[in-house]
Amino acid sequence: MSPEGLRFMDGYRDAVLIEKLAAQIHSLSRTPIRLMEVCGGHTAAIHKYGLKDFLPVTITLLSGPGCPVCVSSQKFVDQAIFLGGRRRVILATYGDLVRVPGSVSSLEKEKMRGADIRIVYSVLDAVKIAQRHPERQVVFLGIGFETTAPASAAAIVRAEEEKVDNFFLLSAHKIMPPALESLAGGDTRIDGFLAPGHVSAVTGTMIYRNLAHVYHRGVVVSGFEPADILQSVLLLVKQIESGHFQVENEYSRVVKKEGNPRAIAVMNGVFGLVDAEWRGLGTVRESGLAIKPELAHHDANVAFNIRVPDGQLPKGCICGDILTGRKIPSECPLFSVQCTPVNPIGACMVSSEGSCSVFYKYKT
Amino acid sequence: MCLGVPAKVVRIEGQEATVAIGTVEYQSSLLLMEEVKVGDYVLLHAGFIIEKIDPVEAEETMRLFDQVSKMDEE
Repeated sequence: MSPEGLRFMDGYRDAVLIEKLAAQIHSLSRTPIRLMEVCGGHTAAIHKYGLKDFLPVTITLLSGPGCPVCVSSQKFVDQAIFLGGRRRVILATYGDLVRVPGSVSSLEKEKMRGADIRIVYSVLDAVKIAQRHPERQVVFLGIGFETTAPASAAAIVRAEEEKVDNFFLLSAHKIMPPALESLAGGDTRIDGFLAPGHVSAVTGTMIYRNLAHVYHRGVVVSGFEPADILQSVLLLVKQIESGHFQVENEYSRVVKKEGNPRAIAVMNGVFGLVDAEWRGLGTVRESGLAIKPELAHHDANVAFNIRVPDGQLPKGCICGDILTGRKIPSECPLFSVQCTPVNPIGACMVSSEGSCSVFYKYKT
Repeated sequence: MCLGVPAKVVRIEGQEATVAIGTVEYQSSLLLMEEVKVGDYVLLHAGFIIEKIDPVEAEETMRLFDQVSKMDEE
């Protein structure tokens, strides 16, 4: 990489800069505050770089519902397992999901029993699988927020254009603002949000207006490098100390106010809003993305008669309390004893972005 | 799965771009972001380019960081 490229990418990890940002935070932070990071990528970076050690005792960082695998409901996992048991079905999915324990099994266990489950890097790979196997029905398990939802939408557009009638999506896609507003209006104290950088790259920054202006919470859209995160914490401290709440954008090298209009248009062309179930948050009004009726022939929920009982959560797992900032992983009796990344009991231990997995990996 | 990664565009063919992360090359889709040129830095997410990284804004962020460093010295 060129020297200019190095500065571009690596300047954000400069040790002297990190120390100076931390010193500023120490000198300005007076009131004890609780800040929530709402992206698994932020959680991972905070622990990887040990950023909590740089912060004063006045600042508590909480992990929010920003890990797609973690917030997926038990019922969705059970529905996926149900579909995987159909003889003609090939399930295609991002890797993390296969290890999430459902009510009675997991996709990984079903794969070992012979279900045809394929891990793909891109949802377009799932469309290609459908094209290669016209005699099969390929179902992609769509999880994630405004980052992956446009990708799933683009895959449906491609399937429509190329007449790939055997490609289906089981959508558990979700959007962020209703969940964050539900948290801001809930019983857990959260003074400010480190807003998810890559969701915001797609949506733009205006989606957080209510958080700042209706709920009076600090909001800073943050990048993922150590200096980005400390700078965002510093901006949040300033907002909260001054009582002047607004949406600030620390990650302006990637996030524009208006977002990525093309990605938004593709997403809105395929999906409409529905109520959706979040692990930990329960049902959140108009927070889910369902395929529009005119594209229902690609909707696995319509094409297949999926019958599963209401999901059973693993006994003792507190993933839901962790996703809402009520508890931290080390408060769970199962954490690192019965529940480990090799043998996960709950969803938060499965994904590399899940709080429990991150806490375990960095022993925090 | 949700981790976006900065990458550099090295080739474009139709609706696909080859991008490099360090020395490793990946295929990516341009379906969500069309106006991309060879040499651009982009954000790669689950096989799609979802945004360009703006070098001017990157410099501006760095300039703000430099100010933080200076304020501390004063």
